[in-house]
Amino acid sequence: MAIMTIRDAINETIREAMRRDKDVIMLGEDIAGGAGTAGGQEAIGGIWGTSVGLVGEFGPERVIDTPISESAIIGAAAGAALAGKRPIAELMFSDFIGVCGDQLINQIAKFRYMFGGNTRCPVVVRLIYGAGMNSGAQHSQAFYNLLTAIPGLKVALPTTPADAKGLMNEALMGDDPVMFFEHKALFGKKGEVPEGLHRVPFGHARMAREGGDVTIVAFGRMVSFAEKAADALAEQGIGCDVIDPRTTSPLDEEAILDSVEQTGRLVVVDESPPRCSMATDILALVSEKAFTSLDAPPQMVTAPHSPVPFSKELERAWVPSPDAITAAVRRTLDWG
Amino acid sequence: MAKPAPKAASKPAPKTAAKPAPKAASKPAAKPARGKSVESDEDFALRSLQMAHEDNKRFDASDEQLLHFYEQMLLIRRFEERAGQLYGLGLIGGFCHLYIGQEAVAVGLQSALTEGLDSVITGYRDHGHMLAYGIDPNVIMAELTGRQAGISKGKGGSMHMFSTEHRFYGGHGIVGAQVPLGGGLALAHKYREDGGLCLAYFGDGAANQGQVYETFNMAALWNLPIVFVIENNGYAMGTAVKRSSAETEFYRRGTAFRIPGMDVNGMDVLEVRAAAEIAFAHVREGKGPVLMELNTYRYRGHSMSDPGKYRTREEVQDQREHNDPIERIKKELAERGKTEDEIKAIDKAIRARVAEAADFAENSPEPDPAELYTDVLVESY
Ligand SMILES: Cc1ncc(C[n+]2csc(CCOP(=O)(O)OP(=O)(O)O)c2C)c(N)n1
Ligand SMILES: [Mg+2]
Repeated sequence: MAIMTIRDAINETIREAMRRDKDVIMLGEDIAGGAGTAGGQEAIGGIWGTSVGLVGEFGPERVIDTPISESAIIGAAAGAALAGKRPIAELMFSDFIGVCGDQLINQIAKFRYMFGGNTRCPVVVRLIYGAGMNSGAQHSQAFYNLLTAIPGLKVALPTTPADAKGLMNEALMGDDPVMFFEHKALFGKKGEVPEGLHRVPFGHARMAREGGDVTIVAFGRMVSFAEKAADALAEQGIGCDVIDPRTTSPLDEEAILDSVEQTGRLVVVDESPPRCSMATDILALVSEKAFTSLDAPPQMVTAPHSPVPFSKELERAWVPSPDAITAAVRRTLDWG
Repeated sequence: MAKPAPKAASKPAPKTAAKPAPKAASKPAAKPARGKSVESDEDFALRSLQMAHEDNKRFDASDEQLLHFYEQMLLIRRFEERAGQLYGLGLIGGFCHLYIGQEAVAVGLQSALTEGLDSVITGYRDHGHMLAYGIDPNVIMAELTGRQAGISKGKGGSMHMFSTEHRFYGGHGIVGAQVPLGGGLALAHKYREDGGLCLAYFGDGAANQGQVYETFNMAALWNLPIVFVIENNGYAMGTAVKRSSAETEFYRRGTAFRIPGMDVNGMDVLEVRAAAEIAFAHVREGKGPVLMELNTYRYRGHSMSDPGKYRTREEVQDQREHNDPIERIKKELAERGKTEDEIKAIDKAIRARVAEAADFAENSPEPDPAELYTDVLVESY
């Protein structure tokens, strides 16, 4: 196993897929970057560095720098997918689903059903998301909950390099549209990555920590925060299960319910504002299907119901913290 | 170059370099309108503003006006340089898009506006537009450092400036989104019959967003008082214009909507101002929208973390040395009799002003944590 960052894991996985499968192509803004200018073939490799070297190896016919036209980028990727290609389209910031929302929500999500199972649209949309980089209200949002709400889309959010590879391979080898959320603060996170065609099936959660006293379900970047909180609590003799669902659609309900049935206590950690979020989704699941197992009211640790602020201080307060998770765990233990 | 001399001379080099020669060569020639040798009145109208501009390229500024332009451009330059330094020191975070090189655009255009009446909207590269209004540099810099005293209380940051007082409607981060909003501002001017217009700025990259063309159509259809301004600085992040755009002569992009276009040298504040007068007069006469392409150049990276590999150092250096909007006016001031000492004194005063803004921005308090929950709605949720 090689140790690498999530950034490199994504790059390598896409590279291997493009070598394996001629139908895999990439579209996005500045993903080649500088090609054809004095800067040479691969000056940038995307502002996130995830496509470094790809235009050099596969050429501009397969690694396509697009104009700033998100509707047309996503629409063209979807159309090419209907025609048998496997496009990977990049939304530089997940906030830009506002621009191409129709293609995602009314088009891509509906084809399979609306055309009576007669077609497939295996497009992978990469959405770079999340707060914590002082990017302000229009470049920091975590919109996985919005797309999870839409039937007809699969939604993945890897939190480790191994899962980035496994889920990306699964997306590229499956026949459904996948919304692939990558947290901008996680690109540099390192970990072991299995060699070869490593795949992680959708709908299978990862148990990041096993403790048995309290269940913490966390999403995206919040998984590392939950691990931090769990490690601190473990030193005080409190054991937490930390569940990383890895995909929100489909969702591994069983892993969550099994854990809650054992612990009787639930904390959900979600970087989105609280209303109609993954946090409320998990609480609804547990209250419907594991009500009698609960020993304390489930707790949500989320961002406030407000846009992401620019100021460093305010943003720090906006993003859920490991301390807030620890406090929520304690509330479930102190209850009653 | 096949371009006619006067035009080529007034154009910043990158565009000339970036554009395919045959296209450029055909530009000034009369358009062969659907095989006709003589252009129709309508085709003529589409180019009439450009022709008026060609006839009278440079604004005849008084000494006082020229000095004012110089001071404003220099203030923007020094302010942005300082912002870059504060970024390097970690006092500014996130995105910070500097306006260095493009100063003549905002200063030239905004100097022709009617204060307190006309409205302005732009993208995220917005510090210069604020300064061109004469807005206090302290509150702009404090917004960059994310402090309570910032013009958006530190909640917006570099990309989201706003000034109700000056009818400056932001500071928008979603590329192209400001254009329909500008259409709405113009609709309000028209509805109120207040005689005002909206100046809607966007970039060469933004010019490829669909909503821009939806707005062009509405603006022409409804005869809205709006001036669309494409600040063509040659690049959208690392993507050169010719790699993103089928039609790189952006001023022509309104033609299909019957919006007259103007091709303007954005590196000369006097040419910008002269073009603005023509465009604004047309709009104020109720003749509908105008599309101006301002050819300019950004010296710095797209934002602060730009590897800058998509262009050569020489290209940037060439612009700085031969086409700098501030040097151009400085020379002109000297020709009009300003002494070196007088010019130095101006520079010194501006540096002091910017230093004061930086101090203010560094020493202002952070926003109160309670601000997390305020201003989400006018009422509470
Ligand atoms: C809808 C949307 N797509 C992409 C981006 C990312 N982005 C920010 S600025 C930019 C380049 C814009 O270039 P241009 O319009 O030429 O303006 P300039 O930066 O040169 O002033 C891009 C791609 C964005 N903010 N919004
Ligand atoms: Mg540009």
